[in-house]
Amino acid sequence: MAINWFKYSAPTTFYGLAGKLIPWFAISAAILFAIGLYIGFVVAPMDAQQGEFYRIIFIHVPASMMSMFLYMIMAGYAALGLIFNTRLSAMMASAIAPTGALFALISLWTGALWGKPMWGAWWMWDARMTSELILLFLYLGFIALHASIDDPRRADRAAALLAIIGSVNVPIIYFSVKWWNTLHQGATIKFSGTSMHVAMQQAMFTMLLACWLYAIAVVLTRVRSIILERERNTTWITELPEMKR
Amino acid sequence: MKPRQKRFVFIAVAVAAVAVAVGLVLYALRGNVNLYFTPTQVFNNEVPQGRSFRIGGLVEEGSVKREKDGLTVNFVITDTNKKFPVTYKGILPDLFKEGKGVVAQGKVEADGVMHAEEVLAKHDENYMPPEAADALKKAEAANAASKAAAAPSVAVPVAK
Repeated sequence: MAINWFKYSAPTTFYGLAGKLIPWFAISAAILFAIGLYIGFVVAPMDAQQGEFYRIIFIHVPASMMSMFLYMIMAGYAALGLIFNTRLSAMMASAIAPTGALFALISLWTGALWGKPMWGAWWMWDARMTSELILLFLYLGFIALHASIDDPRRADRAAALLAIIGSVNVPIIYFSVKWWNTLHQGATIKFSGTSMHVAMQQAMFTMLLACWLYAIAVVLTRVRSIILERERNTTWITELPEMKR
Repeated sequence: MKPRQKRFVFIAVAVAAVAVAVGLVLYALRGNVNLYFTPTQVFNNEVPQGRSFRIGGLVEEGSVKREKDGLTVNFVITDTNKKFPVTYKGILPDLFKEGKGVVAQGKVEADGVMHAEEVLAKHDENYMPPEAADALKKAEAANAASKAAAAPSVAVPVAK
């Protein structure tokens, strides 16, 4: 059976598909958040060195990973939009940016809360933290640049270029703890495996999966609003059942 | 080339150019991006003279000594190659421990000791419950003991 991959690259068809998918992602995200937090705060044992303080990783690590994943996806959509001139790609990129910025902010914030009691400092200009802060600024810059240009198609192109160029920062964040001396510790989850306790791993990966589902649900909701706003003058929008009241 | 292929090439070239530029900048700044100097670098005179800088490494086992005022702490930072003494007056972070990572910022005075204004603990990437940490220590101790016991009998051939 041949699948027409391009069918859902049109805002007209994607709008309906997204509407059907959102509840599934939202409900499973809520369930997984509950399970992940339960394992993380009740089942997982305390850490030998940090005691109970280490439990910040169940929020901090998934948030940091999401902030980097989402940036790469945003840059990917931005590139697709620039190269193929598809409307939906640019809308997806703008829909991802606020969620990515939120995760970057959570990552920096929880890191600071943990850093004060553990390291003895809220903030240190080391390579890992500085490059993550730059990631937050890239997200905010993308949103601001897009908002500052009135013509949406021109705004898409300008912001897309910023997103693509900024993607150089993501590998720098990831490898910063390897390339330089930093206060931030090295990677616990490596491609070669991890030395982490099993319950801690389960909690962290459940939370990561929950963050993914949450991000997808929120991005789809946001892209539906963007589609409605951008295509408000088209006939298919006026023919939507929710418009006829 | 179709316009969309042209745009693809343009984006690929732009990203590659920026990556190379950033790479060169970071390479030029490599000394400055590091948060701290190691004791070996201090001995090789790679640190700024007469100014405050950060030194990082492990707190040497058995080197932590508190003075009578209860606040001043003396310890030695090591990178297992060279050592450097540090003195600090203040409250240490929770993770400060012998054998663990530490970063101290301060000036080296005439006595050859770093007078630190700030001491930060550096955490490692291992997460495990206290029982597992205990078991690991015991296993290491047992390994060391069995190695010591096995050492004289190395010459004895093992029958198969």
